[in-house]
Amino acid sequence: MMTSEYVYAPEQAGTQPPNDFPRYGSTIKRAPKRKLIPMTQTLSEITGPSFSADWVGASAADLTGRRSGAPIGERIIVTGRILDEDGRPLRGTLVELWQANSAGRYTHENDGHNAPLDPNFPGVGHLLTDDDGTYRFLTVRPGCYPWRNETNAWRPAHIHFSVFGAGFASRLITQMYFPGDPLLPLDPVYNSIPDQDARKRLISAYDHTVTEEEFALGFRFDIVLRGRHATPLEN
Amino acid sequence: MTLTLSGSQTAGPFFRIGLERPKWSDLTADGPAGQKIRIAGNLIDGDGQPVPDGLIEIWQANAAGKYAHPDDRQSKAVDPHFRGFGRACTDAQGRFGFLTVLPGVVAETNGTVQAPHINVSVFSRGLLRRLVTRIYFSDHAGENAADPLLRSIAQDDVRNTLIARRLDDIAAIPTYHFNIVLQGDGETAFLDV
Repeated sequence: MMTSEYVYAPEQAGTQPPNDFPRYGSTIKRAPKRKLIPMTQTLSEITGPSFSADWVGASAADLTGRRSGAPIGERIIVTGRILDEDGRPLRGTLVELWQANSAGRYTHENDGHNAPLDPNFPGVGHLLTDDDGTYRFLTVRPGCYPWRNETNAWRPAHIHFSVFGAGFASRLITQMYFPGDPLLPLDPVYNSIPDQDARKRLISAYDHTVTEEEFALGFRFDIVLRGRHATPLEN
Repeated sequence: MTLTLSGSQTAGPFFRIGLERPKWSDLTADGPAGQKIRIAGNLIDGDGQPVPDGLIEIWQANAAGKYAHPDDRQSKAVDPHFRGFGRACTDAQGRFGFLTVLPGVVAETNGTVQAPHINVSVFSRGLLRRLVTRIYFSDHAGENAADPLLRSIAQDDVRNTLIARRLDDIAAIPTYHFNIVLQGDGETAFLDV
C-alpha cells in the first residue's frame, strides 16, 4: 500500500553555513568534529510548537516606546514576511528579535564595549505573524560594534531574528543586515554562508513604500524557512 | 517557484536579552497528565569547559505519545495542559534543566514505534547553525532497543550519548542527567534532520 506523508525537503545546497568555520574563532572549540547522523524524518521533526498570545505575552513590536523617553538613534521600520520555500505564508508564527542600540551596545551584562547604554532602548521585541505571514517592528538602526575575532574586527550592523515555522525541522535563528554596509565583505559570520545569492538574502532592502513621511525609514526583510513536500511512502 | 532558504547565523553571545523566558523551562506548570520528570545537564565545549552562553530548546510528545500539532494523526488525545515546548539558557557553569513529563512512545505511519524521547535544539555563540540531538531514557532499555534511530547508530559509544542516565529521584521526581558535548571526547551524536 502506498500513502503519502509530508516531510521537510532537504536543505538547499549552499544556503546554510557549516559549523566548522575557523575564520569565526568561537567555532574552533564548539563545532562538532563528527559528521551529522543521517536520519529519516519522523513525527518528531515534522511537528513543532505553536504559539499563542496568551503564552508569549502581548505583542512587543515597538522597540522605541517601551520606556519613558524615546531612544537615541535613527528610527526605522523593519517589516517582511515569514514564508516557506514554496512561498506559503507562515501565519501566527513567533518572531523574536534582539539588537544593539544605535551606539552599538547591547543591554547585556557581558557586553563590555565602551559605548553608551540607552536607558530607553532595551533592544528586544517579539510578535506573532499575521494571516499573511507579515511582521512589522519599529526600532532604531543598530550601531556597528567591535569584537575580538581578529585585530580591529567590527560586526556589520545587524538585527538578530529567531523564527519557528511549522515544524521542529524549520527552526531558524539568523541575522538581518543593512544594504551598503562596508563591513559586510569583511565579516566572517555573514560570509560563512557558502552561496553568494543566499548570503545576499540576509541583507534587507530599503523600501520607500515602507518609509513613513516625517517619521522613519523602511526596510524589508523576508525570511524563508524549509517547506514540506508530499513524498510517497511505502507501507 | 522555490524561494531561496534563509541562511542560519549564530545566535551570538547576547541572545539572552531577546530569548530568555525563565518560565519556559517548566513544562508542567499547567498540570499535564503523566509522570513528572526532571532533566539536568551541562553544555560542554571541546576543551571540556562549560558553555555559559548556550540556548537549549526541547520539543516532545505528551505522556500518551501525542504531539500537540495538527500533523500528528495518531488516534491519541492532545493534552490541553501540555504545550510540549521548552527553553532554557545555560548558566555560568554551563548547566541547564527542565521540568517536564515523560513522553510516551510515538507510532509512525510506517509501522515503526519510537521510544520515549525529547527532541533538542542547541544554539550558542560559536555555532553558526543549530545542532539537533535527542534525549532517550536509560530506564527504557526495551523500547530503546527497538527505536529506529537508535538502532541505526552502529557505534555503542556514539549511540549512548543520546541516552539520559537516571539518577536518584530529587523531591520524589525521577531525574535524568544528560550532558551535551559539542566536540571531542564523548561528543554528542548530532542529527541531520
